[in-house]
Amino acid sequence: MENLDTLLNQGSEAIATAADLQALDAIRVQYLGKSGEITQLLKGLGKLSAEERPQAGAAINVVKQQLQDALNARQEMLQSRELEAKLAGERIDVTLPGRGQDMGGLHPVTRTIERMEQFFGSIGYSVAEGPEVEDDYHNFEALNIPSHHPARAMHDTFYFDVGTLLRTHTSPVQIRTMEAGQPPIRIICPGRVYRCDSDQTHSPMFHQVEGLLVDKGVSFADLKGTVSRFLKVFFEQDDLAVRFRPSYFPFTEPSLEVDIGYTVNGEQRWLEVMGCGMVHPKVFEYVGIDPEVYTGFAFGMGVERLAMLRYGVRDLRLFFENDLRFLRQFR
Amino acid sequence: MKFSEQWLREWVNPAINSDELMAQVTLAGLEVDDVIPVAGKFSGVVVGKILTAEQHPNADKLQVCQVTDGSETFQVVCGAPNARAGLVTAFARIGAELPGDFKIKKAKLRQVESCGMLCSAQELGISEDHDGIMELAEDAPIGADLRELLNLNDITIDVDLTPNRSDCLSIRGLAREVGVLNQCDVAEPVIEAVAASCDATFPVRIEAGAACPRYLGRVIKGINLGVATPGWMVEKLRRSGIRSIDPVVDVTNFVLLELGQPMHAFDLAQLESSVVVRMAKADETLTLLDGSEIKLAADELVIADEVKPVALAGIMGGEHSGVNADARDIFLECAFFSPLAIAGRARRHGLHTDASHRYERGVDPELQYLAVERATALLVEIVGGEAGPVVVAEAPEHLPVRNVIRLRDERLAMMLAIELPESEVESILRRLGMSPQRAEAGVWQVQVPSWRFDISLEVDLIEEIARIYGYNRLPSKQPAAAMEMPALPEHKVQLGRLRQTLISRGYQEAITFSFTEPKLLAKFDPERTPLALANPISADLAVMRTTLWAGLAKTVQYNQNRQQSRVRLFETGLRFVPQGDELVQEKVIAGVICGERMPESWHGKSDPVDFFDLKGDVEALLSLTGKQFSFEADANPALHPGQSASIRNEQGQIIGYIGRLHPTLRKELDLNGDLFLFEISLALLQEGVVNSFTGVSKFPEVRRDIAVLAKDEVSFADLQSVVRDAAGDSFKNVVIFDLYRGKGVPDGHKSVALGLTWQDPSRTLTDDEISAAVTKVINDLEAKLGAALRS
Repeated sequence: MENLDTLLNQGSEAIATAADLQALDAIRVQYLGKSGEITQLLKGLGKLSAEERPQAGAAINVVKQQLQDALNARQEMLQSRELEAKLAGERIDVTLPGRGQDMGGLHPVTRTIERMEQFFGSIGYSVAEGPEVEDDYHNFEALNIPSHHPARAMHDTFYFDVGTLLRTHTSPVQIRTMEAGQPPIRIICPGRVYRCDSDQTHSPMFHQVEGLLVDKGVSFADLKGTVSRFLKVFFEQDDLAVRFRPSYFPFTEPSLEVDIGYTVNGEQRWLEVMGCGMVHPKVFEYVGIDPEVYTGFAFGMGVERLAMLRYGVRDLRLFFENDLRFLRQFR
Repeated sequence: MKFSEQWLREWVNPAINSDELMAQVTLAGLEVDDVIPVAGKFSGVVVGKILTAEQHPNADKLQVCQVTDGSETFQVVCGAPNARAGLVTAFARIGAELPGDFKIKKAKLRQVESCGMLCSAQELGISEDHDGIMELAEDAPIGADLRELLNLNDITIDVDLTPNRSDCLSIRGLAREVGVLNQCDVAEPVIEAVAASCDATFPVRIEAGAACPRYLGRVIKGINLGVATPGWMVEKLRRSGIRSIDPVVDVTNFVLLELGQPMHAFDLAQLESSVVVRMAKADETLTLLDGSEIKLAADELVIADEVKPVALAGIMGGEHSGVNADARDIFLECAFFSPLAIAGRARRHGLHTDASHRYERGVDPELQYLAVERATALLVEIVGGEAGPVVVAEAPEHLPVRNVIRLRDERLAMMLAIELPESEVESILRRLGMSPQRAEAGVWQVQVPSWRFDISLEVDLIEEIARIYGYNRLPSKQPAAAMEMPALPEHKVQLGRLRQTLISRGYQEAITFSFTEPKLLAKFDPERTPLALANPISADLAVMRTTLWAGLAKTVQYNQNRQQSRVRLFETGLRFVPQGDELVQEKVIAGVICGERMPESWHGKSDPVDFFDLKGDVEALLSLTGKQFSFEADANPALHPGQSASIRNEQGQIIGYIGRLHPTLRKELDLNGDLFLFEISLALLQEGVVNSFTGVSKFPEVRRDIAVLAKDEVSFADLQSVVRDAAGDSFKNVVIFDLYRGKGVPDGHKSVALGLTWQDPSRTLTDDEISAAVTKVINDLEAKLGAALRS
């Protein structure tokens, strides 16, 4: 059985040094194939005596099993090495840019309006829209601004003819909504508005979001609470200082201007951000709502102004130049 | 309204500093807009007297002055023509600092030493006057600090008053307000009636009583206009933003500022027979003080004599009505005009005067008697003369009456969400000059003072109480309401989804103006006449857009000029389309693309965009509706005639257009590369369907590919339609997977490869069935469209 040990040594050596799967297979054939050396030895068992045969057979089978195990292990190793080599060859530069369209983006004004719609929508306000070419009645008259009212001078109005104009605020949408139905009413009115004025801080077209809540028992406190909560949510600043100043709008009484506070070198300063007030009883009369039964508040703000504060835009005109280098900064 | 803080403090002087005062009035609704120091920042300037003034040896225009500050004499070189011996003037000594951080040092001017500077009012930031160095009163104390002497530590405060607060358009009104806020007394100057010292009168007749319920007139005879307005008055006027003109005008302006009553002084010699207050006659003309001639309308109130109008009432006097230097006798007007009779009239003529500003907002209807006495007293004091008795013309039935308003405790508490103590409510109302009385339990009966005619409703009183109590002290809470879910129709495609779809496909949202350039718009939409603004802000923003394309194309141009060659933009908004007498304001979504198909990248160069890039994006939008749409070759004046289509819904209604910008337009706009545009009506696009599940077949899908040779004019839609009709019930879909022209295909033809699929929901289709269907398709394509199977 000396040559059986030699066979095992030679076979093991050959398996261990087989360079690839093909060479390994040749070794398998050489030892374990149909006419392989181990197979020959097993075939030669017949020549032995019945007493010798089991012992010799067992010895050959041990060697056969050892070689088979070595072959399996070597094969596994070579396969995984081959896969590794293949994968290594498929390596890519993962830092290269991806393929496809770039993402576009929403205009910052629309984005700001959408945020407002979400805030108010989440507490039950719905969005109302209306015409931009308006009649004098809805833009002024029904808002308690008769034709000779000095407040008309505050609205530099674009006219088409005596009775037709470009709305100077989105308040006519409030009128149209109140004309169409009875309280409770909770709406916000976003949209384009127009004033005949143009410079660094005035654009002949800009956007407003106005809001209106009409119900039984609505108070000044509800107005203050709603407006200050909105501003805190909008600027994501819970400790935002908000103050209210008496003002005058023909369609609200009492009327308020709203300032938000900021500090410059420790000094408190205030910035006007919006106007609001309790709906004037005359406006209720115009639209057929009983002011003795219902009260309400309205508020209005310039979208660009709030967007400028929120996003740090300094020049109003940028919003309407539509320079891609500006627009792309808003996603 | 601009006013001097010191003047206000003569009337009411609360123990708060300037900043506190300004914050306080701002929070009471009188917003401080601006604060201007009445003099520039300077120090070390004293009253000096020129002892001698001699010609400078080396300069014609300079003088060498010896100036005393009371204790020492200095040599000062001065270029002012009015520098003369004996003049008392402003003297900046060595070390003084003048506005603009200008330090006075010893200097040599043309070899002559100069120790200080004599100053003009302009150099000290006191006025625009730069005719020469200041001429101070001869008895001014030499050596006194000029700031203190002239009381220059004062500020001009500019408050932006809301239109309802005309009662604050005077020192008197502001003082009243500050008094209320600080709970302190207002020291009104004592104004006593000036007894007539002659019996001269001039008749006044009111013909328009509704417009002018009260008109007081007074003659003052023998005035001397040769005198100057006293310095204190000139200074008060200046610090309130009004320039001194002459003593008569200055006095009327002073009373306007002090009491809020506009007045006018006529040269009596220019008036014929009597003063008539009447409405203008149609086509009457009047030349105003400023020299402009205006045509009057019948709704405009004039002051006339028996012959001619002499003033546009409450707005501006006529050209010859004013008092010039030779006038001896004047007629003083002090009237109450109804705000409605004045409002809007000044603006109509492009005018805005201190008088019109007050009259159209309203003047205290009970102020005239006081004001006429104040003006008379000041005039007689300054220009002398003999005052006649006050002539009164009134239309009592038109005089406003003080409003009496009921204020319910319950309403007040509900509106402000707070129960204010009765005493506090009463105190606030009283301080405001009102007289509240308990008419019945829980109800105040409040009489409003004559100057607060803006208060006419209960809610006005509630506002006043809130204002004085303090808006920021009042409670704040979140409103409560029933939690009713709103309807939200699922079939409506939300605008946000449409926007997001385009954004995901690389589009940036734009917002362009709704008005545009008429010429440009006409190129995009030559068939419709757009709505034109009567008063456009500029010629290139003069008409309302009938399509969003003009604005988007301009935006592409703007970006191309800034090195942005690849542009993908969309916009939503109204277009304004006149249809007969109606204007249709329709919300649309529009987009434009140009430049490379894909962003520049290492994957290889990408081709310029074409029609189908844009069509793919539009199809993505359409697919959100769950409905079928078709594209039909259709002309549009803005688009390339061979590359434009209308987009139609299932009813055949056109919902929009898509195509390549017409090459002529592209050239005119000087654009690089081709632009592709779409515009779709949003209302029609948002009308989708609620999805309805139809099941998924468990049986296999069968596909057969065929290639046919068709004439160029046969469209894919034609092929598709014939295939659909011919392929039988189990037919599912047809795709086009190749389109080829060139070698092997005859001219005017194309080879089209179609992939057809069938699937049945309930069984496996047999080969025979499919073969029969394919044969039918092939036969029909040939028979109906002349499209033969390619061998």
